[in-house]
Amino acid sequence: MTTVAAPLDVARVRADFPILKTLVRGKPLVYLDNAATTQKPRAVIDAVRTYYEAQNANIHRGVHHLSEVGTKLFEGARVKVQRFLNAADPREILFVRGATEGINLVAQSYGRSTLKAGDEVLITHLEHHSNIVPWQMLRDEKGIVLRVAPIDDRGEVRMDEFEKLLGPRTRLVSVAHVSNALGTINPVKRMIAMARDRKVPVLLDGAQAAPHLPVDVRDLGCDFYALSGHKLFGPTGIGVLYGKASLLEAMPPWQGGGDMILSVTFEKTTYNRLPHKFEAGTPHIEGAIGLGAAIDYLQTLGMETVRSFEDELLEHGTRVLSEVKGLRLIGTAREKAGVLSFTLDGIHPHDVGTILDQEGIAIRTGHHCAQPVMDRFGIPATARASLAFYNTKEEIDRLAAGLRRVREVFGT
Amino acid sequence: MNDLGDLYQEMILEHYKSPRNFGVLEDATRAAHGDNPLCGDQIAVTLRMKGDVVEDVRFKGSGCAISTASASLMTEAVKGKTKAQVEGLFERFHDMVTGAGSGEGLEKLEVFSGVSEFPVRVKCASLAWHTIKAALEGSKDTVSTE
Repeated sequence: MTTVAAPLDVARVRADFPILKTLVRGKPLVYLDNAATTQKPRAVIDAVRTYYEAQNANIHRGVHHLSEVGTKLFEGARVKVQRFLNAADPREILFVRGATEGINLVAQSYGRSTLKAGDEVLITHLEHHSNIVPWQMLRDEKGIVLRVAPIDDRGEVRMDEFEKLLGPRTRLVSVAHVSNALGTINPVKRMIAMARDRKVPVLLDGAQAAPHLPVDVRDLGCDFYALSGHKLFGPTGIGVLYGKASLLEAMPPWQGGGDMILSVTFEKTTYNRLPHKFEAGTPHIEGAIGLGAAIDYLQTLGMETVRSFEDELLEHGTRVLSEVKGLRLIGTAREKAGVLSFTLDGIHPHDVGTILDQEGIAIRTGHHCAQPVMDRFGIPATARASLAFYNTKEEIDRLAAGLRRVREVFGT
Repeated sequence: MNDLGDLYQEMILEHYKSPRNFGVLEDATRAAHGDNPLCGDQIAVTLRMKGDVVEDVRFKGSGCAISTASASLMTEAVKGKTKAQVEGLFERFHDMVTGAGSGEGLEKLEVFSGVSEFPVRVKCASLAWHTIKAALEGSKDTVSTE
């Protein structure tokens, strides 16, 4: 099905984000660090404020008015997430702190209860540390084996190698939907099809995908999908783990406490139903409400619209950055989203970042929590400009001008 | 008011492009490794002591202009100095880059005074010094700016 996306009115969109009016060192802020965290639209800020000004109470247990209001808002946010991801049931949406916690939940609950020594978890070379370390912890505890599918010079996963690594002992595939350091969109549907042929469940780290692409977990066919609210224009400290109900039902809880139980005696505890079984303790209520508001906002724009707007921005960025002398783009996958990672000949990314900051331009420099990616390209770090739908071509042009200024300072 | 010119002084850029005493000292008596995990900067310092005096020193690693130039200028500054003198230099250098002291009398090292205007870059300027301090103390662990 082809959907023609309505064009995005970037000036109107920018007016929805109060922080974009900020001046940095007297210059209009150019915020190009969206892969680290995104800015928040007024609607999100208002939803969080309104919650504290008029709706705050603990949820699920209270019989009083405010508790009922809070519960409705919190559970309403879950339904918004469910629809946003096209999950079959709101019970499949678990609120967690972020994508990192979502992956850890799968490792600690699903992984610990089902994986045995010698079982294999397959990841790729372009993963964020958050999709490497939880599996290494499980490896050290259970003796599982971590397999890593290599990437090529463009930053694309070698699918022939990926398929070869899917072996008789593979018990779980865990891959990024979109790479945070390179912007590569992994061919996750193909990966899932390959895994499904071998009855291997798949976890997608969607932290960098959900802000840029329409995500439909049923169309993808993944078993788990993790995302972070703050990268999706919502508050920090809230995220989502989607899991197929059949898997979640069979998994043990990973944290114990209030709200995740039906009854407790010193002899025996009966766990609550989904999704509460995985949500011990008072949750991040305003975070979920804020995330719900962010999703409402994104739905008014339409994720197809967001994607085509950003594709154009990325194309423009790729072109103007390539014209900067000595610039090498790191990550040139054919399918990319949101990220322009690069090095400047003879100038360390940190110095690039400091000098751009003087121009009011915010980018990220460093290894982007993806040191194996840096090692693969033989570099210690990159400078990374990462996009959102409120960025403009003019801002990218200012980035390119800023990079020329960097070269001037260094006399290269 | 930040001024880029204060940070990226000519001498810093020059030492970044042509670092002095770069490499590994084959007959080193002390060595240490340092890294800045937030940015991935790494440095290895090797030195040869004669009694209490730093007779020769080398550094090797990859880092930004500030950390590389700082390491390069440090190797020049510490040669022929005693352990106590090196530690004293580091103390005054650290005070200067954090804005706690003027750095007067540090001579060439004074080119780093502009760093105090850029607090996130203090770690870059001090990584080599933390590392040589560890080497002088005979610590075998990797030092870290975190």
